[in-house]
Amino acid sequence: MHKDHAIHVENLTKMFGDFTAVNNISFQVDKGEVFGFLGANGAGKTTAIKMLIGISRPTSGKANVAGYDVKSETEMVKKSIGYMSQKFSLYNDLTIKENITFFGGIYGLKKSVIKEKTQRLIDELGLNDVADKPVSSLPLGWKQKVAFSVSLLHDPKIIFLDEPTGGVDPITRRQFWNMIYREAHKGKTIFVTTHYMDEAEYCDRVSIMVEGKIEALDTPKNLKAQYKVDSMNKVFLKLARNIE
Amino acid sequence: MKRFIGFIKKEFYHISRDKRSLFILFGMPIVQVLLFGFAITNEINKVDIAILDHSKDATTKEIINRIAASKYFSIKQFIHHETAIESAFKKGEVKAVLNFEKDFGKKMVTEDQATVQILADATDPNTANTISNYIRSILQTYTAEVNKNIQLAYQIEPKTHLAYNPTLKSVYMFVPGVMTVILMLVSAMMTSISITREKELGTMEVLLVSPLKPIQVIVGKVVPYVFLSIINAIIIVVLGIFVFQMPIQGNLFLLAAESVLFIINALSLGILISTIAATQQTAMMVSLMGLMLPVILLSGFIFPVSSMPTILQIISNIVPAKWFIIIIKGIMLKGVGLAYVWKETLILLGMTLFFIALSVKKYKIRLE
Amino acid sequence: MSITLRNISKSYGPAKALNDISFNVEQGELFGLIGPDGAGKTTLFRILTTLLIQEEGEATVAGYDVITDYKAIRNHVGYMPGKFSLYQDLTVEENLNFFATIFDTTIDENYDLIKDIYVQIEPFKNRKAGKLSGGMKQKLALSCALIHKPKVLFLDEPTTGVDPVSRKEFWEMLKRLQQKNITILVSTPYMDEAELCDRIALITDGQILEINTPHSIIDAFPKKIYNVRASETYRLIQDLESYPNTHSAYPFGEYVHFTSRHSNFSPEDLMTFLKGKQHTGIEIFETIPTIEDTFMELSNTNTLATNA
Repeated sequence: MHKDHAIHVENLTKMFGDFTAVNNISFQVDKGEVFGFLGANGAGKTTAIKMLIGISRPTSGKANVAGYDVKSETEMVKKSIGYMSQKFSLYNDLTIKENITFFGGIYGLKKSVIKEKTQRLIDELGLNDVADKPVSSLPLGWKQKVAFSVSLLHDPKIIFLDEPTGGVDPITRRQFWNMIYREAHKGKTIFVTTHYMDEAEYCDRVSIMVEGKIEALDTPKNLKAQYKVDSMNKVFLKLARNIE
Repeated sequence: MKRFIGFIKKEFYHISRDKRSLFILFGMPIVQVLLFGFAITNEINKVDIAILDHSKDATTKEIINRIAASKYFSIKQFIHHETAIESAFKKGEVKAVLNFEKDFGKKMVTEDQATVQILADATDPNTANTISNYIRSILQTYTAEVNKNIQLAYQIEPKTHLAYNPTLKSVYMFVPGVMTVILMLVSAMMTSISITREKELGTMEVLLVSPLKPIQVIVGKVVPYVFLSIINAIIIVVLGIFVFQMPIQGNLFLLAAESVLFIINALSLGILISTIAATQQTAMMVSLMGLMLPVILLSGFIFPVSSMPTILQIISNIVPAKWFIIIIKGIMLKGVGLAYVWKETLILLGMTLFFIALSVKKYKIRLE
Repeated sequence: MSITLRNISKSYGPAKALNDISFNVEQGELFGLIGPDGAGKTTLFRILTTLLIQEEGEATVAGYDVITDYKAIRNHVGYMPGKFSLYQDLTVEENLNFFATIFDTTIDENYDLIKDIYVQIEPFKNRKAGKLSGGMKQKLALSCALIHKPKVLFLDEPTTGVDPVSRKEFWEMLKRLQQKNITILVSTPYMDEAELCDRIALITDGQILEINTPHSIIDAFPKKIYNVRASETYRLIQDLESYPNTHSAYPFGEYVHFTSRHSNFSPEDLMTFLKGKQHTGIEIFETIPTIEDTFMELSNTNTLATNA
């Protein structure tokens, strides 16, 4: 295990009965890297992420996240990471403030710290007018921005983002990526999945999963050169065609 | 018509593939009937009792011996004063106390009448009732024998006093009760869930944007459950007859017809629920809270309506299950015909028509 | 005219979901409704498929009024709602059979129409719909919506959450359907799919920003647009935002799309500016705008969207 790897995965495998969802994958993610984790539907992305964030036990292989083993040090892994997904991010029936307080409480932050962080977060996002309104009244893009900030509350080393920008309008999508860049700039490691191929270009390195295996892993620039195409979309299509 | 049959076929696919609803449909009635049947039993065995004998003469000795000899009772203690009764009950040592009045034997001869008080612990009303019945029966047998021998009409008059629950009534009504609960559950809850499931999945949108008429969708949803509910009713009655030797005194056709009426009533309630509930969860909650609880609590299934506070008695009138229980109790136990239950039948019919009219009115041909 | 909308408005409580929408879709046209979540796309679809009633305005589909002739419309349109509305516990074939029956037809009768799509999932016809992958569900849902040979096909976000490969295949299928003279109204949040439509409407916050062919929309982009690249993207965006003449600077794939406030913008000035900020590997060259550039430009001038 290298000290400067935020995530270190070796021969990670997950089987469901006879079906191999994740087939012997190995990769490393450097500290401060924006790592794009791509793949078609059903390629095994979600299963792999679940193992990395400690909510699914690998069948075999090793994974080290933020210096902790995902099998034996699950609790430490969970403390060191932030997680946000498209499907669930915030409680719709709670206000923005209540959501922040709740998630701060989950991670054991002190009341005074939560109060201070809540105010700072609301100021930063310019949400003072709507801070006491239920989250359901916010546009999706704003909701996702709040959710991202919430996943940062406990100052995690690594942030896992599972399709954070699905359905979000183009401007907010870019503001969201600006936030991602800012955190990476501060030294946080970002592990992100997306269906927008232009977003794949924003990543430092990109892996593409096909049928449980990682078929390609490199910088967007090198991948495009390797497959002799001019966009990540075409790289993806070349790799994932003929599947299903 | 082909559309309609296709729709019903689909419903049967859904039902047959969902293990959970299959269990609710067929497992529940069997389990419930057996549970109620064996849990609410009137057999008692070696119940501990105490004796307070103010008389201590030959007659009371003879009666006490008879009670002690029966397999139903075991005399745990003799107490000597009324004040000890309360504490015996409180400690839970005995379930009943027999209190013979002073000069019991003498009174029997001179006044043709003597009193023995039966005090039973009615925290468990069912057992209390049974105990008192058994003791009465022993006393009656004794009186009968003495009368025969001496040719004089001595009388022992037992005065039953059920402590803690003086107006106890029989709850030995579980077959009609369970039948009512199950028919309500299957019909109302299952239909409302199956309609709201389509809303949740978004398939309702597709069905609406199709030439299927709303009435076809509703009737298509309901028909499978009418069949299943009838099968359920038959299972329950058959179990009642063969496992618990429950006699069906009345006309089976009348019973069947009344059951179908109640099933349709419950189904229309289910549709009504599905018009207001957006999710399966809501439908389930509304069915449970809004239908199941009143059926169990207010219908007279477990708690007799006549002993409820007036306000609840009034409310119980709008619970369809109350009327259905009166009807099937009458048919099953008393063997009465339509001539005796026409009023209740009419009420049930009126309610059914009202619910159907309301659900048709509330059913939306659009999303809002 | 296959679909007409005139001054359609609809609110949910105080929130205006649709605000004075008007456009026409011609027979056999592949028309795209492009906009993010919450723009009002689904509300518009529901009005046209007779599921909701508009508060103001009039709309017709296949010549029928959406309110008074709703029964006729329900006979002639195919509708695929946002979530693929299939019966998860029925098999592929049972789903298709069911939808054929309720439209009083059979799979055989219209097989030629769905053949293209259905052959791809036919090998799995005995599999339950719930066990299919996203791409296959999407194909089955489309087959079900087509089984009665509709005149107009409404597809609400058919490609959302589906991977790029399945998305591409799906659009190829739509192109082939169009050949069979079916009018298709499709919505999507993916701007890159806009270019595959005959005409598109850009929609946000219940308002139409622009309606035209993708080509004309791109041509109408008011400014010159430049691709800018440097080795540190994050710092580049920040510095571009602080550059005095910047109108917009948005990351676009490997480049940042840059527009200037001034028409006499010179790339050399920007190069000097960036070099002064110690950037390396700088590239600046003019590029062609995309639908997404237009969308952002128009929504920036239309709404109060502010940078975070």
